[in-house]
Amino acid sequence: MKKMLAMLMAAMMVLALAACGGTGSSSSSQAASGSEAASGSEAASGSETASAGIPKEDLKIGFLYVGPVGDEGYSYAHDQGRKAMVEALGLDESQTLVVENVPETSDCEKTVRDLIDQGCNVIYATSFGHGEWVDIVAKDHPEVYFGHATGILTEDNLSTYMGRAYEARYLSGIVAGMNTKSGKIGYVAGVSIPEVVRGIDAFTLGVRSVNPEATVEVLWTNQWYAPADEKNAAQQLINKGCDLIAQHCDTTGPQIAAQEAGVLAIGYNASTLSAAPEAYLTAPLFHWDAYYTRDVQSIIDGTRPKGERFWGGLTTGMVSLDDLSDNCVEGTAEAVEEAKAKIESGELFVFTGPLKDNEGNEVVADGVKMTDDEMESMMWLVEGVIGNVAA
Amino acid sequence: MEALELYLQTAAQMGTPILFGTLGGILCEKVGHLNLGVEGMMLLGAVCGFMAGLATGNPILAILAAGLAGAGGALIYAFITVTLQGNQNVTGLVLTTFGTGLSSFLGKDLVGQSLPDGIFAALGPKEIPVLSDIPVVGKMLFHQSPYATAGLVLAILLYFYMNRTTMGLNMRAVGENPGAADASGVNVTLYKYVHILLGGFCCGVGGAYLTLVFVPRWQDEITAGIGWIAVALVIFATWNPLKAIFGAYFFGALRGLSFVIQNMDLTLFGHKITIVSQFLDMIPYAATILVLVFITRGKRAENQAPRALGLAYFREER
Repeated sequence: MKKMLAMLMAAMMVLALAACGGTGSSSSSQAASGSEAASGSEAASGSETASAGIPKEDLKIGFLYVGPVGDEGYSYAHDQGRKAMVEALGLDESQTLVVENVPETSDCEKTVRDLIDQGCNVIYATSFGHGEWVDIVAKDHPEVYFGHATGILTEDNLSTYMGRAYEARYLSGIVAGMNTKSGKIGYVAGVSIPEVVRGIDAFTLGVRSVNPEATVEVLWTNQWYAPADEKNAAQQLINKGCDLIAQHCDTTGPQIAAQEAGVLAIGYNASTLSAAPEAYLTAPLFHWDAYYTRDVQSIIDGTRPKGERFWGGLTTGMVSLDDLSDNCVEGTAEAVEEAKAKIESGELFVFTGPLKDNEGNEVVADGVKMTDDEMESMMWLVEGVIGNVAA
Repeated sequence: MEALELYLQTAAQMGTPILFGTLGGILCEKVGHLNLGVEGMMLLGAVCGFMAGLATGNPILAILAAGLAGAGGALIYAFITVTLQGNQNVTGLVLTTFGTGLSSFLGKDLVGQSLPDGIFAALGPKEIPVLSDIPVVGKMLFHQSPYATAGLVLAILLYFYMNRTTMGLNMRAVGENPGAADASGVNVTLYKYVHILLGGFCCGVGGAYLTLVFVPRWQDEITAGIGWIAVALVIFATWNPLKAIFGAYFFGALRGLSFVIQNMDLTLFGHKITIVSQFLDMIPYAATILVLVFITRGKRAENQAPRALGLAYFREER
């Protein structure tokens, strides 16, 4: 009996370890999109370099992804960007090296050094937590060019890059506001970090710009990648009467839940009309190739700015709204176009006061525009959102 | 009331893959083999079922392929632990790691693809008239995918097989005391192989529920820990398929609970309380430990783990 108990205890321990393993993997993918969180400040700041540049055929570009390309989300979007860049610049596929599932630990440093040993002279790390390790190697290898998505650390040869997703979120909010009938919109969110909170706020402001009474109810999954749970969360929102589901998480689960229940959905990261043809309206998209193509070209030309911090919005092509599907009501396209033109011309800035949080306190005064720094640390929900950031 | 019905309906959907995984685990453990590879076998089933569904458009073939993939994983496990008498814990863990890796390798080109319509038409939720109008549990039990219904039927059949048939008796004997079973003429090795493989088959089918019905797409590591909950549930259900139904649906409901209470205003003695969802995520495992404590203290024979669980059977040492 004692032996049996010991056996079971051992099994339980193994199980507990394994359970840790399970969450471990999801937390690494958390970090993946957590990377989406981070920052960058003024689009394209930094000074010109006067190096000679690298001839096109000598380029060897390494990419570090925090998750698998098969996530149909964040790492997938980067990989699409890589492919588009290779094609746009006429490189050979063999000139890029990809490493998936790179943890945000000292393993990352080893991976980067390994890539340099394999002859890489340009390296892109795509997750926030890769930053400190890339920075160490960047100091040791001034001859190699580095880019770090969503990062905060820069060196002469290390730039950071990120997209102003909130602009596309705002547009998707307009689509939602025009297409909801009940005025109750659901939002399945991943992890509560500023990038996600900012997205919810921009989305809600977009909704309310065309539908002032509508509400956006948020449910957090506390994970970036949880196919079943994300669908489940969407089902709960639909049960509560939401007739449109938006999302900031990595799978198509919420859209499929919407399709099954006969309501509408707005996706994220990738155009996924095929996943839910009757529910899908549109999705805010990232186009990392906009940066990759531009940056690699500048390396070829020898004009790459030192320590650039790139935060590109709609005008740079870094972010966009997917083509509207036929599920949208008439007039949606016009409303989106109008707002898009205003954002691009600078006439409309998404986070302009007066803005109240969802507890009724005024946070941004009338006429004041939020600064990049304020947006980077934004952790409050605007009026019209049901939910809280702590959950 | 309607909200509760819908909630339970969702709980059953979330519980179905857990149920299949648990039944697979029970079959395996009842012949004395602790298989920690449930997650791996579920992933293998998920990816192969999806592939077969994509290629043939036939739901039966897809499910069959999923089951065979799970059984294939179990065959590796059975060969190492039964024939070679290797360590079961290690082998099971390796099977999970292997299944995770192989499934994402096989699934590389499946990302973003959708199944032919025929599969959803066959496996999507079906409403059984009259019965689905029963208050509270009607929608949970009778407005479901045939897949979920099959899980319930399988659990009941397994219960009768294990407790009311000679083969079931032999199978339990193998798990309790393989030496005695061997002496009374039961082919221990055959019984072990058959049940471990059947268990793998169940796990594979459970994994395919996610890719064929619930999500229904292939995404890397789509089970996201469901297999581990199933391993815990085998103990929680005290190796009883009927209790496994309750356990699986209960844990399925727990997974959705955080979404229900997240935006609720709960007050206790005038203080606003927030239940963090991470706390709820922990409950299945904590509950399993509690159950384990109770059954080991309780000494009720039918609740105990199979006596030879985890021990390799050396015929010569009998």
